[in-house]
Order: sequence, then C-alpha cells, then structure tokens
Amino acid sequence: MAKYLLSTYSVEGVVGDPMTDEEMQLSWKQIQALNEEMKAAGAWVFGGALHDPDTATVVRLSGGEVMTTDGPFAESKEHLGGFYIIEAEDLDAALAWASKTIAAVKHPIEVRPFRDAEA
Amino acid sequence: MRDVAAAPKLDEGEVGRIFGEEFGRSVAALIRVFGDIDVAEDAVQEAFAVALRTWPGDGLPPNPGGWITTTARNRAIDRLRRESRGRELLSEQAVISPGLDDPGMSEEVGPVEDDRLRLIFTCCHPGLSTEAQVALTLRLLGGLSTKEVARSFLVAEPTMARRLVRAKRKIKAARIPYRVPEDHELSDRLRPVLAVVYLVYNAGLTSPAEPGLCSEAIRLARILATLMPDEPEVAGLLALLLLTESRRSSRTRPDGSLVLLGEQDRTRWDRALIEEGQAIVRRCLRRNQPGAYQLQAAINAVHADAATVEETDWSQIVALYDQLLAVAPTPVVALNRAIAIGEVQGPDAALALVDELDLDNYHPFHATRADLLRRLGRHREAAAAYERAAAMAPTDAERDFLRLGGRASR
Repeated sequence: MAKYLLSTYSVEGVVGDPMTDEEMQLSWKQIQALNEEMKAAGAWVFGGALHDPDTATVVRLSGGEVMTTDGPFAESKEHLGGFYIIEAEDLDAALAWASKTIAAVKHPIEVRPFRDAEA
Repeated sequence: MRDVAAAPKLDEGEVGRIFGEEFGRSVAALIRVFGDIDVAEDAVQEAFAVALRTWPGDGLPPNPGGWITTTARNRAIDRLRRESRGRELLSEQAVISPGLDDPGMSEEVGPVEDDRLRLIFTCCHPGLSTEAQVALTLRLLGGLSTKEVARSFLVAEPTMARRLVRAKRKIKAARIPYRVPEDHELSDRLRPVLAVVYLVYNAGLTSPAEPGLCSEAIRLARILATLMPDEPEVAGLLALLLLTESRRSSRTRPDGSLVLLGEQDRTRWDRALIEEGQAIVRRCLRRNQPGAYQLQAAINAVHADAATVEETDWSQIVALYDQLLAVAPTPVVALNRAIAIGEVQGPDAALALVDELDLDNYHPFHATRADLLRRLGRHREAAAAYERAAAMAPTDAERDFLRLGGRASR
C-alpha cells in the first residue's frame, strides 16, 4: 500500500454560479458519504476542507530570523481548497478515489504519491 | 552497452531481427519477475550484448527468445546481489509487479503472453503524457535505443533520455500498476494505447527517413490484435495500418512530395496487405460494433477495391464517413466527408460544406478548397487558395506542388 495526497483546487473566477443552499447540502452529504466509504474501505488517513487562502499566515526564515507575515504564500489564481490523504494499492486505486471525490466536490483534483511509499 | 541496437551490424544480421522480435517480450517478462523497469531493461540489453558475442561462434540457440530472457534474468540476479539496493529489491516485495513471491526466482520466466499487454498498458497509462507514452512504448516494447527514439521524433537525445527517465520515475513513484485493466475500464484505457500505435505509424509515414516506425507500429498492432482478439477497435486499427501501408510506396514521389490518392499508380499497391486488411474489415463488419478505427479501415478498404479512381464506390465511402462523423465529430473528418460528397454530388455541394468548416490553419483545407474552386472554373479564387495552402505546407516539395496550382502531375 502507498499513501497519496488528493488535493482539490479551486480556480478563482472559474467557480461558476455560486452553489445554492440545496446544492451545498447535497455536496456536503456526498462528501460525508464518501468519507464514510473511505473509512470503511481502509483508505482513509485524513481529510478536510480549508478556509479561504486569505486566512493563511506564512512563517519563513529571513536572515536567520523567523518572520511571520500575512498569507497566502503564493498569490495565484488556483488555490488548495481541501485535501485527503489516502492509502491505496496503486495509482489506479488512488485515481478511483479521486473520481469519486470529484463527483462530490466538482473541482479538479491533483493526485500525488507520498515519498515514503512503503507506509 | 546500453545502445546495442545502434551497433551497425545488428540491423543486418539475424540477431537484429531477433532483437526486434524478442526485446519487448523479454523486458515485459522480467518486469513481472523483478518489478522494476530499469533492472529489466538493462538486463535484456546486456543479454543481447552477450548474444552478439557468442551466437556468431556458437550458433543460434534452439529458442533464442527463451535464451535471451533466461540470460537476462540471470544477469539481473547477479547484478542485484552485487548491489545493496538490489539486495533490498530481491528481498522486498516487488515495487510494481503484483508480487514477487519467490525471491529465489526458481520459477520459469517463460513467456506469459499477457506480459507485453501489461507493459503496453503501463507505458500508455493516462497519467503519463502522450510524448512519454510514445517514447516508453518504442523503447520498452519496440526495443529502440534512446537515440533512435529521439531521432524518430526530432528531439535531441539528452532530451529524450530525460523524458524516459522522468516517465519511469513517475511509474515507480506513483505506482502506476503493471496489469491489464479490468473489463469496465478497458475501453477508456485502450484509447491511449491505440492512439500511441497510430501516432508511431504516422510518424513513420510523414518522415520518410524513418520507415522502420511504420513496421514497428504494425508489429505492435499485430501483438495487440493477437492478445485482445475480442476488441473490435484493435482489429480496426490493425486493418487501417495494413491498408495504409499497402499504398505507402506509391504515396510519395522521389522528391518527397505527396501523390494524391486519385493519382497513385494502383498497380504498385501491395495486394497481400490489402487482402489481409480487407479480411479484417469484413470480420469487423460482421461483428457490427463500429468505431473510429474500423470505419477508417473500411473507407480504405473501399478505395483498395477500385482498380481506378473512377471505379471508386463513392456513395459507400460517403455512408462510411457519415458514420465516422457520428463517432468522431472533428472538422478534419467533416472535410474528408465533404470531399467524398463532392465525388457523388459535384464540387458545388462539397464547397458549400467545406466553407462551413473552421480549419483555417490546416493546409489540406485550403488545398481542398483550391481544387473544388478550380473544378468550378473559379480560377482566381482557386489561385488564392492554392497560395494559402502553399504558404502553410510542411515540406518544400509539397509547397512547390501547391504553388504550381496542384498541376504538377497533370
């Protein structure tokens, strides 16, 4: 088994129509169901949705000093909206979870293997 | 050592032929055993180097392919035992293979036909770029050296080497599986596999310096057709390649310019390839699960039936293009369909369809318009269209041909 990071990306301006309350409810229910499914299948390690990037704080080294500044770290049109860490047999299994995730969250998902493959 | 394929005498000799036939089979078997592409690739390369040294003196072994695979396996084990990373690999579970149950590997590494199928699905995994898919397929299944793969796609050798390294690293790191996809995912996963084989063929077709790519693509298509006899599009692709290949020698002039289908010397078409291709097309028709490759093959089969261009059954070709446009609604298909309609209903009807297409950057679009305008007697407009086509033509020979108003052969 290997661990994969499934990160969902929101693209500013390409969000489309804002979700109605009903759609939000539905999406939330789908995500809850997916989380349960991942747990039942033994794939779940951790997952969650993030607040908007303007809530971020950045800590960096500057001349040997630790500096704290208002975030986000990278000003970009795409930002991380949330992520899962899952266990999967191989990339195809991870991609199958990504397909299920995208059905609920509708945003593009990046699948990346963790370096320490043998967990 | 790594580029044995590039050694000049290999191309001529029996070893070279066996190399082409057996490289992919051996690499695929060894990837299953060792679960590591690099280990398999290097070991098979080394085994061929040994063959090159010993076969001329000792003579061909009774089963050259088996000899290569066994020698490669033994070399790989020797090498892995010498290296600490290798000892880990031998003792660990294989990285990408379903499992290395027997670390002593006493079991037969005999040919499992599925191995090459597994390998091509790994090479053409949708998680890899098309360029990487093509390069891996040619390198690992075709046995082309990195240098040859680079030359085929007009890329510098170090660039191609990096592309291959990166692709293999991704396969390993992301654990792209080494297995044939299950039935429910097969049609999605087959698409890039067929596209890669078709791309390899077309690369050979458009660069006359690389005719080897055409035969390599046909060889790959034959392997796929043998391993997946129930997939109609696999058969369709093979038939399409065979029928296209039957005309390859008559489609260009010595200066490299194209000879249009209607002007080719049909006595030079290869009848054996045509018969083989047409037989496959007939089996596809009986199966009646049409797809884009099968329909293109059927169109080519109709052309192959006509002894002269005038005898072409254009209404059947139009009917096939109607079906093709339904499954592959691209402007290029629409352009070809319009040309066929022009043969049935006249240039007026064709021009009306062509003018609706958004293909301004595609030089055959302007060449087609030019030809239709010429046939309608609208010579000034025809000349302008020939000029636009010529300005975009990919080769000098084609450009000159179009500058002459497409009259070079008339």
